[in-house]
Amino acid sequence: MIGILASVIDGILIGAVYGLAAMGLTLIWGVMNVINLAHGAIVVIGMFVLYTVANMLGLHPYGAVPLMIVFGFVVGIALYWIGVHRMIGRPELMSLLSTFALNMVLIGLGTAWWTTSPYNVQVSMPGVSWRGYTFTGTHITAAALAVVIAGLLYLLLYHTRIGKAVRAVATNREAAELCGIPTTQVLAMAFGLGVALAGVSGTLIATMFPFTVLSGEAYQLKSFVVTVLGGLGNPAGALMGGIALGLIEGLATPFMPLSWIPIVEFGLFVFCLIAFPRGIFSFTKA
Amino acid sequence: MWRRPFPWFIVAAALLYALYPYFADDVGLRESLLLAAVYIILASNLNLMIGYAGYVNFGNIVFFGLGGYVCLYLVTALQWNVIPAALVAGVAVSALALLFGFGILRLRGAFFALATIGVNQAIQQLVVNFEPWGGATGIYLSLDSYGSLGGPMQALWTTYLLIVAVTAASLLASYAIRNSKFGLGLLAIGQNEDAASVLGVPTPLYKAMVYSASAFLPAVAGGLYFFKSGIIEPTSAFNLQTSIEAIVMVMLGGSGTILGPALGAFLYEELRGFLLTAQSFSQFQLVIAGALLLLIVQFVPGGLLGWLHQHWPKTRRWLE
Amino acid sequence: MKKTLYLLAASMLFAASPAFAQETITIGFTASQTGALNNDSTAQMRGIELWRDDVNAKGGIKVGGKSYTVKLVSYDDESQNTRVQQLYTRLITQDKAQFLISPYSSGLVATAAIISEQYGKVMITTGGALEKTYQLGNKNLFQLYTGSSQYLAGALQALKEKNPTPHVAFVYEDDPFSKSVVAAVRETAKKQGDVIAADESYAGSTTDFSPVINKMIAAKADALLGGGHYADGATLARQLHEQKAGVKWITLLVAPDSPKFAELGDAAVGISVPSQWEPEAAYKPDFGPTVAQFTKEFTDKYKIGPAYHAAGGYAAGLILQHAMEKAGSIEPAKVAAELNAMDVTTFFGRTKFSNDPKSHGLQIAHDMVLAQWQKKDGKLVKEVIWPKAAKTADPLY
Repeated sequence: MIGILASVIDGILIGAVYGLAAMGLTLIWGVMNVINLAHGAIVVIGMFVLYTVANMLGLHPYGAVPLMIVFGFVVGIALYWIGVHRMIGRPELMSLLSTFALNMVLIGLGTAWWTTSPYNVQVSMPGVSWRGYTFTGTHITAAALAVVIAGLLYLLLYHTRIGKAVRAVATNREAAELCGIPTTQVLAMAFGLGVALAGVSGTLIATMFPFTVLSGEAYQLKSFVVTVLGGLGNPAGALMGGIALGLIEGLATPFMPLSWIPIVEFGLFVFCLIAFPRGIFSFTKA
Repeated sequence: MWRRPFPWFIVAAALLYALYPYFADDVGLRESLLLAAVYIILASNLNLMIGYAGYVNFGNIVFFGLGGYVCLYLVTALQWNVIPAALVAGVAVSALALLFGFGILRLRGAFFALATIGVNQAIQQLVVNFEPWGGATGIYLSLDSYGSLGGPMQALWTTYLLIVAVTAASLLASYAIRNSKFGLGLLAIGQNEDAASVLGVPTPLYKAMVYSASAFLPAVAGGLYFFKSGIIEPTSAFNLQTSIEAIVMVMLGGSGTILGPALGAFLYEELRGFLLTAQSFSQFQLVIAGALLLLIVQFVPGGLLGWLHQHWPKTRRWLE
Repeated sequence: MKKTLYLLAASMLFAASPAFAQETITIGFTASQTGALNNDSTAQMRGIELWRDDVNAKGGIKVGGKSYTVKLVSYDDESQNTRVQQLYTRLITQDKAQFLISPYSSGLVATAAIISEQYGKVMITTGGALEKTYQLGNKNLFQLYTGSSQYLAGALQALKEKNPTPHVAFVYEDDPFSKSVVAAVRETAKKQGDVIAADESYAGSTTDFSPVINKMIAAKADALLGGGHYADGATLARQLHEQKAGVKWITLLVAPDSPKFAELGDAAVGISVPSQWEPEAAYKPDFGPTVAQFTKEFTDKYKIGPAYHAAGGYAAGLILQHAMEKAGSIEPAKVAAELNAMDVTTFFGRTKFSNDPKSHGLQIAHDMVLAQWQKKDGKLVKEVIWPKAAKTADPLY
């Protein structure tokens, strides 16, 4: 029983980080109807930013977090202009392929620079032990930071003018344009925001586990599952969806061989796509 | 269809492709042509979904992998000869696809694309856990399996010829479907599905049929390819990257055309092969492929053939 | 008539020329210079290259009055099966390699073996312990490593000495090698009636081991036998330490043998590894360098001590060389015959290949040891703890 509880708690902690990653994906999807297939590559960028900051520059690892948010935002805007701008309004296939092409370029450059060998950043944080089970400090810190950043996103979207502009463009781009909002710039910023979120989730993941240039793919797939669970375009839903996924993983682990868990995840994914296209937590966008 | 020149052109090209390395006894050439042929098969069958029906099957590699597994299982566990085994693999996988098709083809656009990824990953994981098919280890062919084709060296040539035959069949099938009522219905679905449905095109049936049809030849090819490789295991059989490269090939050559995917596949594979061993460039394979795709999608969405057709309208007649 | 005379004269001239007629012999292989297997595969490649340098420095391989300079052709297989297939095909058909050495890791060896057998080339395999590869009807494979079924036998015995009633957890990578190793020791454990607390396989790319570690804690496991290769083994060791799993005996495959494992610091203490060779080994070689000579040469050149992967690489070249020299020919059939008949001891240990067609090439004479990381004067060192005859320190528990 305690084992199950420990497993569930661990799952929820990781789930918060899954949720953060998915928030970036779902924001972009909701605002401009573009599915960012470069999502995984950006998570990887976040991971290597941590490596650069902590191992190569010798700074405090968690200092990489605010750095990544800013860096991710800038990179996101650049990526928007390179690959996404011309795809807005075109059939979905085109933006899928375009972002996928960006993914290939980014991963290719990453492989050329870092190769596909494993990297690790050693971050030591005091953990919490309870009844023989230890919850590592890095997991707890990552989950806490994920929730904090999600909270900041909420404040941005609902209590600032920029946030209002983003929501306006997401609801109806033409009307927003008519109201004088420079929609193209807003779209670029929204993309930058989504990329920043994805990137910082990578940074947090790298504090917990070793990674390679190819690690992003697994998290991209998880982000899709979470986005579908939480409802497209719904950042709050994404966080909940992430925690839900973590919970499911945590509940399932004590009862089945580990290699069955991905089957459960993907089965759930396909099922939710068919049965609940709006997501399980479909809150209406305020 | 045989009264038009185009199918004969395909047959002639295939004969040349197959027999040239055979008579030149050039094994190195055969190996690289074989890989290109496999990609042509993947791309031109994928084109049925993307180019005709307008549905992007991101997980198309699942047909190839499953076909490989069914075939190799029949060869190793039940001692079948590879040719009937590959054919049965093709039938089995396309039957499965028909079943699946009715379910996931209710989804549109991006949802469908994501679902196909989910299907590929789920099946990969199922195979990893399925011990009769070797689980994560996979199936290893013992070397006497090649005995039925006259020993390993002869078997390699025979599988090459068979794969080229499947390639020709893919292109001919593309052509036949395009010029049929079925094909017309698919193109209508690709243009505007709801309008097509209203006008009497049986959309759910046609979509499931094309999904199934696009599975058959890749499954057969998978059986032959993995037989030749002598080994199949989950990571390489259901490799998502290969799946997506197939999409790049279709776009590169020109989706919706017949020669387009073949051209795109051939060019892409030659580029890849070159980059693979050119030491200084091997890591840039992905960057170049990605940059290419980016440029095509943004500026030349019709691909190579689309561009040719636009600038030289005469080519539309004979370079379909 | 005149032409034949000229030809005769020319050929006699060639035959009579001194052993300085330099030709080359091409040996091909791939190494995982990038990808998950890069750590140990690079070590193996270094071993092969060191052998080539040594041989060429002495004038090359001396066969039937001629000297052959060794030319190595190698590519990066990126730890991937598909690359191995394409590259070995290329090595054979385009680079015209006359002999092959395998890649590192049983999975890749199996893939390369299919290609080498299809084309009838002799391949010395090193870095691959999986026995199944040799049971598929091959004619030209020769395995250097001891087979996977032997890997954890010693570990279980050593464990039982310290704790006759352990709660054993099998946590291992889901790949052909690790699975077959654990299958063998699981059989033994079951026959002995040992308690198996947990039995989980994980995907090689796993980086989050907390679910399985939690499972082990829940099952009150006090011994762990398993692991896989370097990347996952090192991560598992690290996370076991971070989560204070309370496991008293940990034996992991492959990973702890690499000198890089010492980077784990305290997390490495007490972890044992089944090893194909250690620098403390006391073999007396019939030919080639001694253990001390090899260790010194390797450390001098690469500034890091050799683990068994490097030794295996060097030994692969050495055995191939010896076979060619004894056969007096570089013809594959003759070299293969010589390899079949071989029973020698090198710095790597005893080498003898099975001639049984059902398991041709299987290594039947090489022994393994169990090594463990211990703290000596505050520094981390690897000591041999099993079998008793070869040990340099007592096991830590």
